[in-house]
Amino acid sequence: MTDILITLVKIVGALVWFLTLTLYLTWAERKESAVMQDRIGANRANILGLRLIGLFQPFADAIKMIFKEDFTPPFARKFLHTLAPFVSFFFVAVTVAAMPFGDRIRVGGRTITLQVLDMDVGLLFILAMLSLGIYGILLSGWASNNRYALLGGIRGVAQVISYEVALGLSLVGLVMVFPSLRLSHIVAEQGKLLFGFLPKWGIFLQPLGFIIFFVAALAETKRVPFDMPEGESEIIGFFTEYSGLKWGMFMMTDFMEIIIISCLAATLFFGGWQVPWLGPQGFVFPWGGHWLIPSWLVTVFQVLAFNLKVVFFCWLQILIRWTYPRMRYDQLMDLGWKGLIPLSLMNIIITAVLLRI
Amino acid sequence: MKQAFLYLWEILKGSLITARHFWVNLTLHTLRLFRLTKRQGAVTIQYPEVKREISPRHRSLHRLMKREGSDKPRCVACLLCATVCPSECILIEAAEDPDPDIQKVPYRFIIDLSRCCFCGFCVEACPEDALRMDSGRIDLAERDRGSLVYEMDRLLK
Repeated sequence: MTDILITLVKIVGALVWFLTLTLYLTWAERKESAVMQDRIGANRANILGLRLIGLFQPFADAIKMIFKEDFTPPFARKFLHTLAPFVSFFFVAVTVAAMPFGDRIRVGGRTITLQVLDMDVGLLFILAMLSLGIYGILLSGWASNNRYALLGGIRGVAQVISYEVALGLSLVGLVMVFPSLRLSHIVAEQGKLLFGFLPKWGIFLQPLGFIIFFVAALAETKRVPFDMPEGESEIIGFFTEYSGLKWGMFMMTDFMEIIIISCLAATLFFGGWQVPWLGPQGFVFPWGGHWLIPSWLVTVFQVLAFNLKVVFFCWLQILIRWTYPRMRYDQLMDLGWKGLIPLSLMNIIITAVLLRI
Repeated sequence: MKQAFLYLWEILKGSLITARHFWVNLTLHTLRLFRLTKRQGAVTIQYPEVKREISPRHRSLHRLMKREGSDKPRCVACLLCATVCPSECILIEAAEDPDPDIQKVPYRFIIDLSRCCFCGFCVEACPEDALRMDSGRIDLAERDRGSLVYEMDRLLK
């Protein structure tokens, strides 16, 4: 009974964390792009004159989206047209279940992992769910019964499948270094030290793997340098025939993918919840000396470190989205098939050779 | 190979520029919030609260000039402005003036702003300097088209 309750609390907590971050990522995107471009950004939404640098903007956007007309075109396949955004949304939303937010904590004799489900195939689970999200693109493009939407859907599926290969291959090297697919185990491994002082983070062991992973992951999120599926500014994309809340779900899916990619990058390559030199008792510095802190503070530090890393990668992705122009479609396919996949295969071979030596 | 690295370097340089803008502007915004600096992090002019000074050459809402020492318009209803107007948005109905020095005066003078393209030809055409576009009013939006038709009394203000 208590176990079920704990699991329920974890599920609700993770989803609330995820959705709140998604909501505020829309605000962060508007603000960051504005600050980058010497502008101010959305700052008018207010409650009783209280503006708070536009922090209420996400709520205003949500209200607008809910009350907009949700129009299903008469020529669309109604059931699939309605299903598609839910498919997209669902398969991104479940991935958060495998994310480790922190180390195990002890409450009243019980050991609780700060992770909704500690699967031994956690990494595969996330990659599989992200791949299943393709069905959302495919269904929305096809069920709209609109040629442009269909073409956008095909573009999207081709792109995501191509980069899925590079994404998977780039992580093989990492799985070889930390021989596990269990995310909590990978993070625990990264708490060790390299040469006695450097945290054994994935980025130091797999620098090439990280670059390939990040580029492929950017393509997975279907945002600007790789946004041919949508092409919001010129070409027509797969969710052309959507409006109101269903369109909003596609947009939320985009932002949730950013967060999931950030979580993955932090967990796999930047030590997840690991703070450098922080052990279960406190900091033990490699140059000697230590700073002992109570265990609850250690947990707080770990969760904060994870959140900080996630926020940093969200920031980086938004920066990239607002800096680079869109690639041409053939360049995109060239980069995927001729650039990233050979590089990731090379990375696997180098890793294998180095591990053997 | 070398070209690929140069390409990558340029890509990286681009993001460094935007990142620099971000951090510099963010620092300025934060310092300004605590009144530690007067420098602005953004070039935005927050329009309804802060208004930009209008250039003296700017063509804003038309106004009809008045004769010295009277409330009557200077306009002599010669119809030059209405003739030159490319949008055909000026309508003038002439009438006789009791003053023998002045032959004609406008009985009605209408500018339909929903058609006006603010080219300023009417001002240039006017031989009496009776029409100017220097009122400085630029917030001309209305809720219905009828309110955009300016009669003589509104233009004389």
